[in-house]
Amino acid sequence: MSSYRIQGATGDWEVVIGLEVHAQVISNAKLFSGASTEFGAEPNAQVSLVDAAMPGMLPTINGECVRQAVRTGLALGAQINKFSVFDRKNYFYADLPQGYQISQFKHPVVGEGTVTLDLEGGVSKGVGVERIHLEQDAGKSMHDQHPQFTYVDLNRSGVALMEIVSMPDMRSPDEAGAYLTKLRTILRYIGTCDGNMEQGSMRADVNVSVRKPGDPLGTRCEIKNVNSIRFVRQAIEVEARRQVDIIEAGGTIDQETRLFDPNKGETRSMRSKEEAHDYRYFPDPDLLPLEFDDAFIEAARESLPELPDEKKARFMEALGLNDYNASVLVAEKESSEFFETLVEALAKATKKDAAHIALKASNWLTGDLFGALNKAGKTIATSPVSAEQGAELLALVEDGTISGRIAKDVFEVMFETGKGAGSIVEEKGLKQVSDTGAIEAIIDEVIAANPGQLEQYRAGKDKLLGFFVGQVMKATQGKANPGVVNSLLKPKLDG
Amino acid sequence: MSDLTKLKIAEARDLLAKGELTARELTEAHIAAVEAADTLNAYIEKTPEIALKQADAADARIKAGDAASMTGIPVGIKDLFATKGVHTQACSHILDGFKPEYESTVTQNLWDDGAVMLGKLNMDEFAMGSSNETSYYGPVKNPWRAEGSNADFVPGGSSGGSVASVAGYAAMGATASDTGGSIRQPAAFTGTFGIKPTYGRCSRYGMVAFASSLDQAGTITRDVRDGAIMLESIAGFDPKDSTSVDIPVPNFEAALTGDIRGMKIGIPQEYHLAGMPGEIEALWHQGIEWVKAAGAEVVDINLPHTKYALPTYYIVAPAEASSNLARYDGVRYGLREAPENGALDEMYETTRAEGFGDEVKRRIMIGTYVLSAGYYDAYYLKAQKVRQLIADDFKRAFEKVDAILTPTAPSAAFAFGEKSDDPLAMYLNDVFTVPASLAGLPGSSIPAGLSANGLPLGLQVLGKAWDEETVLRVSGVIEEAAVFTSQPELWWR
Repeated sequence: MSSYRIQGATGDWEVVIGLEVHAQVISNAKLFSGASTEFGAEPNAQVSLVDAAMPGMLPTINGECVRQAVRTGLALGAQINKFSVFDRKNYFYADLPQGYQISQFKHPVVGEGTVTLDLEGGVSKGVGVERIHLEQDAGKSMHDQHPQFTYVDLNRSGVALMEIVSMPDMRSPDEAGAYLTKLRTILRYIGTCDGNMEQGSMRADVNVSVRKPGDPLGTRCEIKNVNSIRFVRQAIEVEARRQVDIIEAGGTIDQETRLFDPNKGETRSMRSKEEAHDYRYFPDPDLLPLEFDDAFIEAARESLPELPDEKKARFMEALGLNDYNASVLVAEKESSEFFETLVEALAKATKKDAAHIALKASNWLTGDLFGALNKAGKTIATSPVSAEQGAELLALVEDGTISGRIAKDVFEVMFETGKGAGSIVEEKGLKQVSDTGAIEAIIDEVIAANPGQLEQYRAGKDKLLGFFVGQVMKATQGKANPGVVNSLLKPKLDG
Repeated sequence: MSDLTKLKIAEARDLLAKGELTARELTEAHIAAVEAADTLNAYIEKTPEIALKQADAADARIKAGDAASMTGIPVGIKDLFATKGVHTQACSHILDGFKPEYESTVTQNLWDDGAVMLGKLNMDEFAMGSSNETSYYGPVKNPWRAEGSNADFVPGGSSGGSVASVAGYAAMGATASDTGGSIRQPAAFTGTFGIKPTYGRCSRYGMVAFASSLDQAGTITRDVRDGAIMLESIAGFDPKDSTSVDIPVPNFEAALTGDIRGMKIGIPQEYHLAGMPGEIEALWHQGIEWVKAAGAEVVDINLPHTKYALPTYYIVAPAEASSNLARYDGVRYGLREAPENGALDEMYETTRAEGFGDEVKRRIMIGTYVLSAGYYDAYYLKAQKVRQLIADDFKRAFEKVDAILTPTAPSAAFAFGEKSDDPLAMYLNDVFTVPASLAGLPGSSIPAGLSANGLPLGLQVLGKAWDEETVLRVSGVIEEAAVFTSQPELWWR
């Protein structure tokens, strides 16, 4: 249970959050027409006669969008409804050509499911999903193109959206953020939505209410169309605070739709319940009820990849990763794929069992590579060092060719130049020296060159061992095998 | 040859095949007849150039031995079928200037079979009406006049232009659409044969929508055989319409065997309306005698929910219409009336206030009301339940009978203005046609007699879903028995 509380004058308040996520379905064509869905085309270049609601035009369902919604439902462990109905949601707007949006109201294609959140400290929490339904997106109104007129771009009109409605199960901005993050991860894993909130392909409506812990649910406000996880968290904070202030001042919360203004850090009323649209939902007579059989569901299930929770469990159990590393690696599909390629290549190069080298690989990936990527403002997808190159580097450490210390230097060069580890080691002569004869000779030189320190050491100043190790490493430009240096140096110093 | 415009489709087809007539001759005669029929106001757009081009193509096709049944046959097209590049406005002001970039499946099927388009036909605005008086382009005159009178009568509606063009020899056949009786009632008023097939038999793609769950294309012709020929041409599955059904289209003409011996014909007792004119009852009785004489067995049946059909229809159809007509908003095509510097809502208001006629507005308001929060369950949802009960009535009846025989309309054609101020009286015109529409069943209207003052009356035959063949066969038998040889005088020529 979340301990997140809003401190009010009358004591602590609990915030209750539910999210409605609109996720654009990945499909080549729109939900009810053959027009393309590609992002970034010229305005009105991807509009069919159906999308423009020409007289006498009829919608026909795109089976791929249905399959994607079913796959999403399966990935959330949800009930799949073999019978569902498309309804018309009626309202007027310039970018809604039909004068109604085709959506699903009473009978959605997907019923109840769960999203498991990974919270701080390895705690997990299940958030209920109430339903997922398919619906059409509207077009886009552009108010800044002409002083008197609004321009309308219908490219997005008719694109398939999944509306994923959660239960009011979240109790803090962190949980809401974790829910969105996890949901996005799952959608990206299974390839049903690209999750790009900046491009609008994933948007959230946030329902917020407050109550004294243990009380029944308070009146909620819906904050529309929040387009980043950060803003969702901010919006919840300020909205919960606003509600607490009103109630504590003796007021009541009006159920209404609000907008979040990230610049001012406040929510504003958009329309009250009285002004709310009467959408006059009714079953769309142009479309038959959507029906499919078990075989369709099974085929969708078989098409699902390993999901993040399953993958994390496997990384921990089969590969011995700790919870933190496993969580970080599965958070993005690309990271987990990078890691799996890295482990496979490293196992092959070292002829070792994957379980033996996986932990080292995950430490290098989550530490060195992620650190460097982060610093350079890059992502795993644009990493200058590939998984295979990473494996080559780690293999050199593993077989003793270079030390871990040298490996860090080599990695820096790799990251900057994109060159392979082997060639860098070769070029710069960084091969580790493990030849005891050569190292012994250098040790003798170093001892001979520092008689004062030797005397002090022998007088009991043990700490000077480090000084001598450093001198030897310096003389070998770091290439001396530290293990060999230690084993040879001590007996000589001790005399 | 005598007046080519008096030929039936089947006759013309045979003459064309034998080379005794060319499609060009036939078309030219019809273009002249269309010109001469301006007074009827059946055509709101004439397309003689397209017609002649299609006629020449038809002649070439006939020569090449590649003719279909409709090849070279001049027809009129109801204004709600999209015809590429040609006036398609459902006779509404709000679609001013609209010429689609696409062709409806029904008309495309006709053109694929080589038919010839004479023009676009008048209709009630968005097919909402039973007298063709709601058209933005003015009313259509019924080619028929009462005996010894020069007064004009309505042709019925909404397919008023379709029936007037066919009855007035200005087309050999016409496409029409039926939502609650818009094919059958005007056919009855004009002595023409109208058939509405099973819902889903013809594609609705490219048909301007009124009430999607009821709208169905059909045909108006001068006899049953022509109806069979033309219906077969326009029918068929279309993947572009989710509600069209993928079953084969039978050879409808072959269904006209003239043999209904042993067939059971149902007579629904609920269709005996109190206060119905005696001549309608008499006509119905006559029809019963005809089918008996042809060897059919007549069976009394009950359709207990009949009395709820009209109220149900006037909830379901306006509800769907209120949503279907939301797209006419002045944004993308058609009429736009926007006050200077007005807001978006004002543009909607002025465009729709200006663009829609009173009957359309009435139905949008009824439809919006019955779908509103708080009323949905009491009206729309209840209507859907009653609709199911009405369909079940028919289902049970058709376990006992092969077809149902009723009058088509409770009266003959009426005068202009007689009912246009009384919507409820107007709606009552559809009392016999609406139940089958709600059940999605096929139905026809056959000219069967004349009223006391010499206006045509029709009998309606209803069939099981997908059994247009029986409807046509029974229609053919009634046609043969009725020997309906009366014709309107060509007073407009």
